Amino acid sequence: MAKIISVEEAIDMIPDGASIMIGGFMGCGNPHKLVDALAKSGKGNFTLFCNDGAMPVGPCGEEYYGVAKLIHNKQIKKMYATHVGLNPEIAEQSNSGELELILTPQGSYVEMIRAGGAGLGAVITPTGVGTIVEDYEHVIGRMEIEGKTYLIERPYRADFALIAGYKIDKAGNIWYKGTTRCFSVAMATAADIVIAEADNLVEIGEIEPEDVVTPGVYVKYIVEGGIENG
Amino acid sequence: MDKEEIKSFIAKRVAKEMHDGDVVNLGIGLPTLIPQFLPPDIHVIIQVENGVIGTGTVTDENIIPHHAVDSSGVPTVAAPHGCYIDSNTSFSLIRGGHVDCTVLGSLEVDEKGSLANWIIPGKKVPGMGGAMDLVVGAKKVIVAMEHTNKGKPKILKKCTLPLTAVEAVDLIVTEMGVMEITPEGILLTEYNPEFTLEQIQAATEAQLIISPNLKPMV
Repeated sequence: MAKIISVEEAIDMIPDGASIMIGGFMGCGNPHKLVDALAKSGKGNFTLFCNDGAMPVGPCGEEYYGVAKLIHNKQIKKMYATHVGLNPEIAEQSNSGELELILTPQGSYVEMIRAGGAGLGAVITPTGVGTIVEDYEHVIGRMEIEGKTYLIERPYRADFALIAGYKIDKAGNIWYKGTTRCFSVAMATAADIVIAEADNLVEIGEIEPEDVVTPGVYVKYIVEGGIENG
Repeated sequence: MDKEEIKSFIAKRVAKEMHDGDVVNLGIGLPTLIPQFLPPDIHVIIQVENGVIGTGTVTDENIIPHHAVDSSGVPTVAAPHGCYIDSNTSFSLIRGGHVDCTVLGSLEVDEKGSLANWIIPGKKVPGMGGAMDLVVGAKKVIVAMEHTNKGKPKILKKCTLPLTAVEAVDLIVTEMGVMEITPEGILLTEYNPEFTLEQIQAATEAQLIISPNLKPMV
C-alpha cells in the first residue's frame, strides 16, 4: 500500500545520477512541488525521461516552469525527450556537450515506456522508417511483417517516476484532471519507485473504483500538495 | 498578399478538405487557423496529441492552465462531447489510422510525398514530437505551407533535410496552388490566378504535372 511521506523524504531517496521519469507535457502535469524540491536539492547527473523541457516561463508567468528548473540548474546529464523546441536552454546545453539529448518520436516514446512497464521486450512500429531515427540508440532492429517495414525499439525504464494527480486517495489510486494524465499513466508502470504528488489527497472511497486511472498498486509513495486551483 | 493573408488564404482552402465528423489533428501555426473557415454544416473533431479528442472553446470560466494544454503548451479544453486521453491512447488513435486527416507545415516536400519538417542539422533541433507518428498514421496527410522559403523552392525533386517520413504526404496546399502527390509525380489540380503556371513551376523544383481538370483556387 502506498505510503504518505513528505516532499523532503521523497527527494532524500533520489541519489545523484538516478534515472527519473517525470510526467507532464510542456510543464502541464509536471509534479511541481517535487520538481521544485529536486531543483533545490543540489543533486544532479540525472538521466531524465520527460517528453519535453517545459518552458522558461509558465502559463501564469512562473519562472522556469516545471522541469525547466532542472535544465536551468544543469542537473540533467542525459535527457530522453520528443520535443524540446520551447526550452532553448536544452539546445544550448546539448550543443555545448553538457547535456546528451536523445530524441524519439512521441508515439514510440510513450509506447517504449509502456513496454518497459508491461514486461514487453520491444515495441515494433512503422514510425521513423526511412528516417535518421533508424540510427538512434533505442532502435535495435528492423523487420518486415506482411510486406510492411517496422522498427524494433527497446523498452524504457527508470529508477524513479515522479508524477502528479489531481486527486489521489490514501491507497495511491489516481484521478487526473485535464490533459495531465498524458505520459504519467505509462510512467507509473515503468519505474522501480513511483512517487505521486497529490494536488488533493483524499480519503479512500472519494475516487470511485470505476474512475481510477492509475491503480494505487503502482504507487509506492504519495506526497501532498500541488496546484490546487486552475 | 502579406504573410498573414497568405496563411489565411491557405487555411481557407485546406478547410474545404474537411468532412463532417472527421477526426483531425492540426499542427502548430497556420493549421490552427483552419477551423474558423469551416462551413457551418461541417463539424470536425479536433484531436490534440498530448491528450484531447474533441477540443472545445477556452473561456474565462473553463480555463485550467495548469491542467489542460494543447500541443503548443497553450490552454485548451475538451468540448462536452470530447474526452481527455493518455499518450498511449492518443498515439494508438494516431498510428492506428483513426485520425482522418492531419494538417501540418513543412520545410521541404518532395515529388514522392516524403517530407522534412523537424530538424535543420546544426541550426534547429527542436525534435519531432508527434509529427512522425502523425504522418505515418493519419489517413490523409495535408501539407499546408508557403510555396517557397523567401523564393527558394520547398517543393523539391528530393528532400535534402532529414526526413520526417517517407512517401507520406497526400496533398500540398500553398498560396500558389493545390497539388496532389500521385505515383507519376506532383499533379497541380488548382492554381491561384494571381500567378501564371510558369511562375508556379519556376517556384517549384519538382516538375509539376498539370491536371487536365485544372481549376482556379477559390
